[in-house]
Amino acid sequence: MPSVMIRKSDSGALLFYVAKKDMEETIATVETDTPQTWGGEVELTDGSRWYIDPISPPPIFPTTLRFKRAD
Amino acid sequence: MANLTREETLDLIAEVLEVYPEKAKKDRAKHLAVNDQSIEQSKKCITSNRKSLPGVMTVRGCAYAGSKGVVWGPIKDMIHISHGPVGCGQYSRAGRRNYYVGMTGVDTFGTMNFTSDFQEKDIVFGGDKKLAKLIDEIEQLFPLNKGISIQSECPIGLIGDDIEAVAKKKGKEIEKPIVPVRCEGFRGVSQSLGHHIANDAIRDWVIGNRDGDDSFATTPYDVAVIGDYNIGGDAWASRILLEEMGLRVVAQWSGDGTIAEMELTPKVKLNLIHCYRSMNYISRHMEEKYGIPWMEYNFFGPTKIAESLRKIAAFFDETIQANAEAVIAKYQAQYDAVIAKYRPRLEGKRVMLYVGGLRPRHVIGAYEDLGMEVVGTGYEFAHNDDYDRTIKDMAESTLLYDDVTGYEFEEFVKRIKPDLIGSGIKEKYIFQKMGIPFRQMHSWDYSGPYHGYDGFSIFARDMDMTINNPCWGKMQAPWLATEAAEEEPAQARA
Repeated sequence: MPSVMIRKSDSGALLFYVAKKDMEETIATVETDTPQTWGGEVELTDGSRWYIDPISPPPIFPTTLRFKRAD
Repeated sequence: MANLTREETLDLIAEVLEVYPEKAKKDRAKHLAVNDQSIEQSKKCITSNRKSLPGVMTVRGCAYAGSKGVVWGPIKDMIHISHGPVGCGQYSRAGRRNYYVGMTGVDTFGTMNFTSDFQEKDIVFGGDKKLAKLIDEIEQLFPLNKGISIQSECPIGLIGDDIEAVAKKKGKEIEKPIVPVRCEGFRGVSQSLGHHIANDAIRDWVIGNRDGDDSFATTPYDVAVIGDYNIGGDAWASRILLEEMGLRVVAQWSGDGTIAEMELTPKVKLNLIHCYRSMNYISRHMEEKYGIPWMEYNFFGPTKIAESLRKIAAFFDETIQANAEAVIAKYQAQYDAVIAKYRPRLEGKRVMLYVGGLRPRHVIGAYEDLGMEVVGTGYEFAHNDDYDRTIKDMAESTLLYDDVTGYEFEEFVKRIKPDLIGSGIKEKYIFQKMGIPFRQMHSWDYSGPYHGYDGFSIFARDMDMTINNPCWGKMQAPWLATEAAEEEPAQARA
């Protein structure tokens, strides 16, 4: 369950940064992304999938959240 | 010599790898690649930030080097104790040329070496008492210090000393910040982890010190310069450009920097990062905690400077944007003259680079401004996000090498035959003896600054001075020269 810092890139996409692994990837899709909730299964551009319990109201980025591996 | 094609470069890599045993060959092959601009993510073509192979020559440093040498060392008004045996501090003192103003030994301590000089009994009985005594001595001898950092060397972690407890106790006594940094040299694969540990120590012990204190008068144009190490005065050459734009530089971290400046950084409006590799961690933290945006900039060569100034200005209002254009216009005559003078002398020359964590990509623009071409580049301790950024800057089918070994680098150079190599002191004399012009790109070969418009003219002069030096035609003793050999250098220069 790594701590992940989510921040917006210059282009507006969300970046998924794991400090421990020095991994920075762009988030491709988020399962639930509505004005009320944000979260669920998150897929990155490198194909890996991560899970977080949906958060409501949506968090303000940048922020650090704890994700689980989905696969 | 013409540039290699993709296939030729691949062949070259295969040929160089041939001498390794099977296992080493498999490992090293992952660190060498041919640049392919169509690749978005570097991890598809190159592996980085992995442990160096035992038995090969690597030029990497350790975590202590990353923390004491790079991030903490240049904070000039603090005393940095090299806690452990005497050598680590002594052999790394004052070699990095990060300039500062102040009276060394009175209110600034940049080039001095403070060490606890561990002996056998300290290893056996622990060194905490010695550390406490050392801090008292420092307070007595150098009362104008603004704080102390404790930079652990390998034995501290091995014997399990509790430097945090000593730091807390003594910090209360002397009422100054004492920062314990767990940067034992054996941590991580290179100095890169030392940067990260040092950043985390700054986050935990320094950044929050002035939370809730609003006595500092801020302006909407406050910026902090982070990760410019003021090598030969680089940060000063950068700072004047920012100030001419109408920005106020509140903090100059780790290049003529002070702890007070670091404590004020959370009050700024924008963090400007020059060395992304060593300082991105703290910038990310400040973005999350204080909502301060950060951006990477590049002040090597007029093209990149103009690009960066415009990008910085875009964070501010129209006055600043107009000022940025004015600054670029102001210096245009100056850099046009530099290009007019040196470009004809340097046009078409080919360069190979192998530096630390940012210059292998940042200086490419400056070389291109002079009509030169970078045909191979590599990092000592980069991670994959650095290579992501490099791929776009490098030309197609050029060579990329990560944590290159002494043998590989020599073989690449023999085959590619560049006109200039930019690397460090450990490579310098090997290549000079091979007859290839060489510049140290860590310490600017005791020259500098190279940042900013003022730095560019020095950069151009130095490259010309090195490449067109008459000594390269005299590599052979006159009594050994045959007629053919005499003609050859003449042809090479023509």
